[in-house]
Amino acid sequence: MNGRTGRDGRTGQGGRRPRLVPARMSGRDVVRVGMTGLRARPTRVFLSALGIAIGIATMVAVIGISASSKEQLLHQLDTLGTNMLTAQPGRTLFGEDAKLPTSSVEMTRRIGPVTEASATGRTDASVRRTNYIDKANTSGIAVQATGADLLHTLDGSMRTGVWLDSATQRYPAVVLGAESARRLGVQKVGRQVWIGDRWFTVVGVLNPLPLAPEVDRSALVGWDAAARYLGFDGHPTTIYERSADTAVRDVRSVLPRTINPRNPEQVEVSRPSDALAAKAAAAGAFTNLLLGLGAVALLVGGVGVANTMVISVLERRREIGLRRSLGATRGQVRTQFLAESLLLSALGGVVGAVLGAAATFAFASYRGWPPVVPSWALFGGIGATLVIGTIAGIYPAARAARVSPTVALTTA
Amino acid sequence: MTPENAPREDAEDSAIIELGGVTKVYPGDVQALRGVDLLVERGELAAIVGPSGSGKSTMLHVVGTLDRPSGGTVSIAGYDVAELSDRELSALRARHIGFVFQGFHLAVGVSALDNVADGLLYRGVPLRTRRELARAALERVGLGHRVGHRPHQMSGGEQQRVAVARAVVGEPELLLADEPTGNLDTRSGAEVLEVLRDLHRAGTTIVVITHDMEIAEWAARRVRVRDGLIVSDDGPGTGRQALAELRGAAR
Repeated sequence: MNGRTGRDGRTGQGGRRPRLVPARMSGRDVVRVGMTGLRARPTRVFLSALGIAIGIATMVAVIGISASSKEQLLHQLDTLGTNMLTAQPGRTLFGEDAKLPTSSVEMTRRIGPVTEASATGRTDASVRRTNYIDKANTSGIAVQATGADLLHTLDGSMRTGVWLDSATQRYPAVVLGAESARRLGVQKVGRQVWIGDRWFTVVGVLNPLPLAPEVDRSALVGWDAAARYLGFDGHPTTIYERSADTAVRDVRSVLPRTINPRNPEQVEVSRPSDALAAKAAAAGAFTNLLLGLGAVALLVGGVGVANTMVISVLERRREIGLRRSLGATRGQVRTQFLAESLLLSALGGVVGAVLGAAATFAFASYRGWPPVVPSWALFGGIGATLVIGTIAGIYPAARAARVSPTVALTTA
Repeated sequence: MTPENAPREDAEDSAIIELGGVTKVYPGDVQALRGVDLLVERGELAAIVGPSGSGKSTMLHVVGTLDRPSGGTVSIAGYDVAELSDRELSALRARHIGFVFQGFHLAVGVSALDNVADGLLYRGVPLRTRRELARAALERVGLGHRVGHRPHQMSGGEQQRVAVARAVVGEPELLLADEPTGNLDTRSGAEVLEVLRDLHRAGTTIVVITHDMEIAEWAARRVRVRDGLIVSDDGPGTGRQALAELRGAAR
């Protein structure tokens, strides 16, 4: 053996040398190194981030669209007001159809907080395009008698023509609700329709009334005209009233007794806005399934990220070896791959959140809704990707940390 | 040379590599090293020469603290490797050892400057300083004009010089080069060797692992390895023994 001996194996001089402590990497360096890894493989990064992006976009869009729809309903409630009540006849004790007294509207108006009251009364007549159409064919349109004040009480507006006035409500003139105009195919003022057994002239068409959809499906004639031409008995079938917002509850409690003091139990009072409020409250319910779908997509995206990272570790064994030879600790290698996985997922998360928000805006503006993307959905989505990224990165990072530094030397 | 400014006057401290009876057995009872004693002093330019399978790569692993020996003692830059944890070994490599590999191992799509700056990544040096030092290191290997070039825009010789710059940017006490000219043509290889020689003149201890006798002759000291044993050695110091002696041993 020609080599010199190593001081009889006495090599422990560690006591006199400074302790070796690995330097900490700054957060900025961790991000930089993670980015370098991603920049080297843009296509793969794009595809695996896409998986995450689709999941997050689905979830954000589902939440955003349902929130927008809810916002729209609440907005509608706001403009329509929640201060309207309707009263309708119920049944008598013997199960027969009850009738509201003819004086109901007058009585309702006398309740202190009530600001407006109006009514419609159903006739037995049907409305048809011509007299050649069978009488039984009503198209689901009711012919109702009403007064000049109905439009104001319902806060409705005319799509075309004019509302009934004191003159036209005595003559064979008719105003069509939005839906009935559509069903009859009549959109123009001046056309005539066959009601009962004579022609009525269309003087106006209403815009839709979300709080009174039954009016949308009606042909409206004046009280007097209904009595004269259609044999209407003068009993209202629906009373509409509005009061101060704060008094709605009180009005509701006294309404039956006021309308029909003798048989208050035969009066059914309801609040049409309750249906809208319930719809708004239910707007989020159907989205759970879609949210679940988005979550599955996100999970699949996470598996994609994990897969990408595992392959990346296998391919980059030499880079890992090099870093170890440059002095990276196992922990620093682990951190690098975790950071890469996190950045990859975060990239997908941010892109997904933007896509989801864009989809919400597009859909909402298409439907004419106010676009709303709750911030908790955006941050929750991005937060979820960070969790996914961490979980997806744990195993590949641990593998990377186990790579032996000697692989750097096994030649290229 | 070292950031710690460790005292060097002591004779013992002049040794940068000390191997004492080092053995290495790989699974399957493959004996890569069968008891190697080696002492390399600071400032040497040594070549470890041997054919493939001689155990010289294993020696590099052990000397570079990338692998632990199965037996014997290893002391690098005054630290007994057996006493150090994996973390401490990492810190030892970061501060005291620079590596140059046959395959360059430069990061694709990253500029020469940042490739070299990464040599300081695990030293806790801020990015701006890393880049300044990297620029200086590139000047040192004659690539001051290639700072912004990416690896694929450079010749093999230039790439290897970038790798050398990365290895020495942290001013390590020990530079280990594994077949540094193995992938290069003669001219590029000569350029790289020239750079190594300049570094050596400036005070860096350099150990080159090679199977190439020409490169071995270029070094001041030759350690010949065969079948896991050192078969000849010019001895510590910068070529104290006659070249002829080595030539005789080689034949």
